[in-house]
Formats: sequence, C-alpha cells, structure tokens
Amino acid sequence: MTIALQDTPFDPGVLLAFFSRGRTETGAIVTFTGIARADGGKSEVLELEAYPGFTEGEIRRIAEEARVRFSLHDLMVIHRVGKIKPGAPIVFVATAAGHRREAFEAADFLMDYLKSKAPFWKKEHGPAGEKWIEPTERDHADVARWDG
Amino acid sequence: MAKVLLFGPLRDIAGWREKDVRANTVAELKAALTAEDAALGAALNGKGVQVAIDQRIMRNDTGLRANAEVAFLPPMSGG
Repeated sequence: MTIALQDTPFDPGVLLAFFSRGRTETGAIVTFTGIARADGGKSEVLELEAYPGFTEGEIRRIAEEARVRFSLHDLMVIHRVGKIKPGAPIVFVATAAGHRREAFEAADFLMDYLKSKAPFWKKEHGPAGEKWIEPTERDHADVARWDG
Repeated sequence: MAKVLLFGPLRDIAGWREKDVRANTVAELKAALTAEDAALGAALNGKGVQVAIDQRIMRNDTGLRANAEVAFLPPMSGG
C-alpha cells in the first residue's frame, strides 16, 4: 500500500506502469486521475495545503478500510500539495483486485472520501482574487452512498 | 512551550503558520492567542475547528506535555 503527498508534478502513466509490475494474481487494476480545472478561467492556480504526517495517516486509515472492504490486493494514493495549474494532475488512485468490480468500487470509494473528508485545505487563485474552497453538496452526497 | 500550527483560512487570518506559545492546556493556549489577536481567537472557536495534539484529534482539553504540537484544523476541503 502506497500513500504519498508530493509538491512536484507526477505522471499517471509512469505510476500505473510501476503499480502494475509483477502482478500475476491480480485480474483487475483500476486507476483514477483527478485534474485541476480552469473552471472557465475562474481558477488560475489551485493551492492545496496538507498537514504532513497527519494527512497521510488519515488517508491510510481509509485506505486500510477500503483494502478490507473490497478485498484489494494493493492500492496506491498519490496526492499533490502546493500550487497546481489547470490541466495538471492533482490525485492518482490505483486499486488492484482479483476481479474488476472490487477494483472499480474501491477506487470510487477512495475518491469520494478524498474529495469530501481528507485533511486538505484548498484555495483557488483567480482573476477575482483568492478563495478557500469547501466540499460541495454533491461531494457530501457522494461519500454518503457508502454508509450503512 | 507548545508548537502551534495553523492551517487553511486560520493561517490567513493570523498571518503566520507556526509559533511557539507558553501554555499548559489548550484553553490557556487559546487565551494567550486571543490576547494577542482577537480575530484569531474568534476564528479558533469557530464552527468545525478541530484541535489535534501531536497529530491526534482531541475532543477534551487533556493538558499539554512540554513541546507538544498543537494544530488547529478548520473544516477540511478534501483534495
């Protein structure tokens, strides 16, 4: 299981190649890559702040839950911090399982958690100044699907 | 002495990210910060602000060991 924050850009293709290597019992790998949006020109730079150590620990706790719940063979979460320009990857999630359903669902579950509850603070810098962003109603509704 | 860390909007309100403050409890710490900066004090007591001591969220004021790391975490944005 790999959980990491980094303040430099990453290449999702390279991460997938690394994650896939040497697996002979894994029938399915699903990846998700989140990209910074320009939001019609409103966002010029997205700034993500984490609490180093604490943020990885919280993500690891949910990742462990996902590993057990979806019988994963392995998973990877790479998250950018710092200043990110539109078009650049923000987050990469990969899940490995025996079969595709578990791998798809685990990636979906992890992303719903990351988008709504993970300890990040996000600021959008745009032509109108800077603004702190909070999760949307949709983000909350997405993560609530996994309860109960 | 406790090492105080501020995140997200709290950092913008205070104008700093990290500071050493003399305090034996979280309540003392908040009082010291409020005496310096009333706007920050109000924000620390704002809705949804959680306190982590040595990287663990604490709901009660258990007191601070020497050199404790006290982080004020405003509502999280998600990634």
